[in-house]
Amino acid sequence: MIRLEGVHKAFGGTHAALAGVDLEIARGEVFGIIGRSGAGKSTLVRLLNGLERPTSGRVLVDGTDVAALDPAGLRALRRRVGMIFQNFGLLSSRTVSGNVALPLRIAGASKAEIAAKVPALLARVGLADHGGKYPAQLSGGQKQRVGIARALATDPEILLCDEATSALDPETTRSILALIADLNRELGLTIVFITHEMDVVRQVCDRVVVLHAGRAVETGTVADVFLRPQASETRALIDESGEHAEPIGFDGPIVRLTLHGGAVLDPVLTRIARDTGTDFIILDGRIGRLKDTSFGRLTLGLLGGDTARAIAALREKGDVE
Amino acid sequence: MSNFFENVDWAEIAQACLDTLTMLGGSLALTVLLGLPLGVVLFLTGAGQAWENRWSHGAMAFGVNLLRSVPFIILLIVMIPLTVLLMGTSLGVAGAIPPLVVGAAPFFARLVETALREVDRNTVEAVQAMGATTRDLVFRALLPEALPGIIAATTVTAIALISFTAMAGAVGAGGLGDLAIRFGYQRFQTDVMLVTVVLLLVLVQFLQAAGDRLVRHFTRK
Ligand SMILES: Nc1ncnc2c1ncn2[C@@H]1O[C@H](COP(=O)(O)OP(=O)(O)OP(=O)(O)O)[C@@H](O)[C@H]1O
Ligand SMILES: [Mg+2]
Repeated sequence: MIRLEGVHKAFGGTHAALAGVDLEIARGEVFGIIGRSGAGKSTLVRLLNGLERPTSGRVLVDGTDVAALDPAGLRALRRRVGMIFQNFGLLSSRTVSGNVALPLRIAGASKAEIAAKVPALLARVGLADHGGKYPAQLSGGQKQRVGIARALATDPEILLCDEATSALDPETTRSILALIADLNRELGLTIVFITHEMDVVRQVCDRVVVLHAGRAVETGTVADVFLRPQASETRALIDESGEHAEPIGFDGPIVRLTLHGGAVLDPVLTRIARDTGTDFIILDGRIGRLKDTSFGRLTLGLLGGDTARAIAALREKGDVE
Repeated sequence: MSNFFENVDWAEIAQACLDTLTMLGGSLALTVLLGLPLGVVLFLTGAGQAWENRWSHGAMAFGVNLLRSVPFIILLIVMIPLTVLLMGTSLGVAGAIPPLVVGAAPFFARLVETALREVDRNTVEAVQAMGATTRDLVFRALLPEALPGIIAATTVTAIALISFTAMAGAVGAGGLGDLAIRFGYQRFQTDVMLVTVVLLLVLVQFLQAAGDRLVRHFTRK
């Protein structure tokens, strides 16, 4: 669906915003782009709807080279690619309905079509009763819902989300992420989701690319990248969300155990403790969800018994470091 | 009291008021008509905008600054040949309007450009991402979003025009300023001076209040 081939983008500074990015995003997936501030995330998505042009390399959306499109072609493409923003980008001079109607007006839709479609879109994002309000009268979460309704107005196949939840509190973030996940499932939308928070990627994305200083340092499924990070930049991002913290003082053998999927529900520790006589002290840990699987990550102190056999047994259940 | 106002010819005052209002109305309408498109073009040719063009932007900005830096009284004199060409006379209300417009339109255009620049970048980008043409962007997003700013700019320009009309009075344009200079200044008729100043003040106050009200009405923030 979306393909980047050797994409460079320089703004004339000393180093490029994007330096040779290759990427492939499949139809219908939720694809995350994570990285620190200035990593080039916004630049990357802005290439996808032609708000920026690559300095070199190719950006293909559905097989068309975005940079090669003429202005009319570009406008047609933009109708098939919705976009939402951290600061919402709503028109303060228009009502909620007026905002949602705008892409339809621009696309030349008839009055009747607009009158039928806008209420349906508002209902879809849970704002059926708010059509007559102005954006200033809405909460941040509601504004983002308007942004989403507006982005969906022209029935796009792709939705670009640039830090769509970064201005929202955790509770509101969850509800917006749930809405985005629903849209992906129900409409088969391909979603490109930028964020700097690993937790957000964990909740909604199928695959993710870690961007650092304009380079894609790691790409893979969320489970792979989150549970078995290869690049140091990825580890640093994961550490920020509270993972991988140094365990509190315990002088004895320490292991880090990572469990995937069903293993989370096995009574692993108690069973091994019984078999080997080793007691486990939980120094740090977390059981959580990925988009559609679960994971557990525990830092264990081993006490007494046959520790070598205990470690071997743990290794059969999950990853041990 | 009636003694104090002995020099005041109320019919003449009424005529002067009418002249001032005509000059203001005519020149403000033309100023907006010319200045608004000029402001939009100044904005669009600016850095990072749809019609980005350093040369034409630079040339326009230079012209605007040039006209803004010429003192209005000088502009009045320098423009006499052009005014005669356009209006057939350089005197009276008709003769005042061309210099008033040339003096105010560049000022107004700059204010419009500033108002457009203050439209949220995110909003502009969102509208571009919908597949808007530049025309859609200007008429459906930029101008409506900048409307309160443009109204405020119109108010400021109208008030500046009032002081310009008073100056134009000095070269035979008529109006309240003319009256103040001819009677109040040259013949020391303080009462006439006072009446004209109060009337001008009332006019300025009224315009400012009306402008502020409109700005508030159109601000949805
Ligand atoms: N229009 C521009 N002109 C000049 N430099 C730019 C422009 N846009 C982005 N850059 C530069 O490109 C680099 C990447 O910027 P980008 O906005 O893509 O980062 P980001 O990952 O989205 O960061 P953030 O998390 O802060 O939004 C930065 O160094 C930035 O300064
Ligand atoms: Mg960004």
